[in-house]
Amino acid sequence: MSDASAGTTVLELRNLGVHRGGVAALHRVNATFRAGEITCVLGENGAGKSTLVAVLSGLLRPDEGELLLGGRPVTFRSARAARAAGVATVWEDLAVAPLLSVWRNFFLGAEPTRGVWPLRRLDLDAARETTVRALARVGVPGIDPDRPATALRAGERQSLAIARALHFGARALVIDEPTAPMTIAQHTVLAEAVLSARDEGLAVVVVTHNPRYAHLIGDRFLLLARGHVAGDLTRKDVDADVLLRLMAGGRELTALTARLRALHPELDER
Amino acid sequence: MTTERLPSFGPRAATVPTARGRRLLERALAHPSLAAVAGLVVVVLFFGPVAPGLLSSAGLAGVLDSAAPLGIGGVAVALLLISGQFDLSIGMIAAGSALVTGLLVEHAGWDIWPGLLVSLAAALLVGVVNGWLVVATGLPSFLVTLATFLVLQGTALAGTGSLTESVRLDGLDAAEGWSSAEAVFGSAIGLGDGRFGISLLWWLGLTAWAGWVLWRTRFGNAVFAVGGARQAARELGVADRRTTMVLYGCTAAAGWLIGTLDVVRLGGVQATTGLGTAVELVVVAVIGGCLLTGGYGSVVGAAVGALVYATAGQGVVLAGWEPRWFEVFLGVLLLVALLANGIVRGRLRRVPLS
Repeated sequence: MSDASAGTTVLELRNLGVHRGGVAALHRVNATFRAGEITCVLGENGAGKSTLVAVLSGLLRPDEGELLLGGRPVTFRSARAARAAGVATVWEDLAVAPLLSVWRNFFLGAEPTRGVWPLRRLDLDAARETTVRALARVGVPGIDPDRPATALRAGERQSLAIARALHFGARALVIDEPTAPMTIAQHTVLAEAVLSARDEGLAVVVVTHNPRYAHLIGDRFLLLARGHVAGDLTRKDVDADVLLRLMAGGRELTALTARLRALHPELDER
Repeated sequence: MTTERLPSFGPRAATVPTARGRRLLERALAHPSLAAVAGLVVVVLFFGPVAPGLLSSAGLAGVLDSAAPLGIGGVAVALLLISGQFDLSIGMIAAGSALVTGLLVEHAGWDIWPGLLVSLAAALLVGVVNGWLVVATGLPSFLVTLATFLVLQGTALAGTGSLTESVRLDGLDAAEGWSSAEAVFGSAIGLGDGRFGISLLWWLGLTAWAGWVLWRTRFGNAVFAVGGARQAARELGVADRRTTMVLYGCTAAAGWLIGTLDVVRLGGVQATTGLGTAVELVVVAVIGGCLLTGGYGSVVGAAVGALVYATAGQGVVLAGWEPRWFEVFLGVLLLVALLANGIVRGRLRRVPLS
């Protein structure tokens, strides 16, 4: 059910506002995420990136404004509802339960079942088989789905999170770039997943800290600063250096430089 | 969907399968109930020679009879521990619901079945309040249920005292419907010298059902996830609050069943306290392999843990020792179980070098 024709709007935010403890974590945010496009969300810590992810993935309900999916306003009652609607997320912490087996992790919250209540039970064979197939697709073949997630390597755990999101994300994929440091290989897997999802016509939202990486893969760039949209740019508008400068906090960095130089004149000589 | 594989990275997983026997052994060693089974063997080997009566049919019946209520409560507490929560009020729910039944039947002259239903409703209400308090406040469940325990205990002891002259209620067996209630909760069959009560069937049935729910249903998956990785569970849309509430309802219902089995067997109630029972049940669940931090454990282990506990208790009595030695034994057993669980946990947490 992916919105096949590239360019149609899959997710849209209209005057979206979220308050957290009296502070506006997001304020009057307008944005569109289109099919077959990668939108990179950039901003400093505390700019509202995680809040945006939480709203898109159904973990947080907006206090103001609305979220539209395929042109219709939706209210995700939980993260389960968002996933059921085809919006899947790769979480910053990967959302992998360490003591659960690989397949239980893969289907956690959306397990396939058979039979009718009260005898409704997990469809173990289907779950195991799908897990193995989905993991093979992201480059981790031949894994024992009954191993606990702790027995996975860090990269395999990340692949598990990606494979799960690709499996459940029929319309949109939200990626909150993991905070844990990634190797080039792991970055490659993530980027491959992002690009193949775009080619399949999904709307892809990537939250990242790295403007050069964003410029490499992104089609559009949503800049957030203190909960506001500071810029909604396309590839044509910016090159990597501009993005870097915008991202690095522009004014703040200039102010910081001036202050430090006033305090330590020797810094001028560098 | 593209069928192309994304590039692989890192060394490939070994494709040579480990020998079946070795895998089975590894599984068995990794099973949470291993410590409980080992404990059972140790206890039987230890008490077999000093208390030969333990292995007679009467001794066996005695062990099973005291293990059944522990097992029923232990299974419920194990589920709750796996989901990362405590319930110190379960013993008092057992004592309290027995008291409610007794008061309704003996004091108010109700039939037994309506009395049982109302006490079940009361127990479930306490469970829901426990669950709601834990979920809504986010306070440690240890403290929340300690508070409800105190409230219940005070109400039970003071309330019974003010309604009746004594703290004992007798003669429930005169109530309407007693024979059918006795058939469900109090019947027994004699084998040899032993009297095997129906509580055994309740215990086995509940263990089997809880095991099935835990390993084979969505709810069971949620229990594991909520206990082991609450944030991940929430991010994946697992109904963590509902799961916790339902589990508190289950422990309350198990408490009610323990109380009811007691009432129907004795035909009377005594206003007692129940913190000891709650601690016993936690011990049983921990011997059964539950981690106090949640996310890991087994209901079969808890059932075996109840057997270990009861065997030790009966063993000390049958060997003719001072009963207080039982506590020493139990303390040692608990420590060993905790250490064994620690090792298991270390094995689980150990992440291979990448």
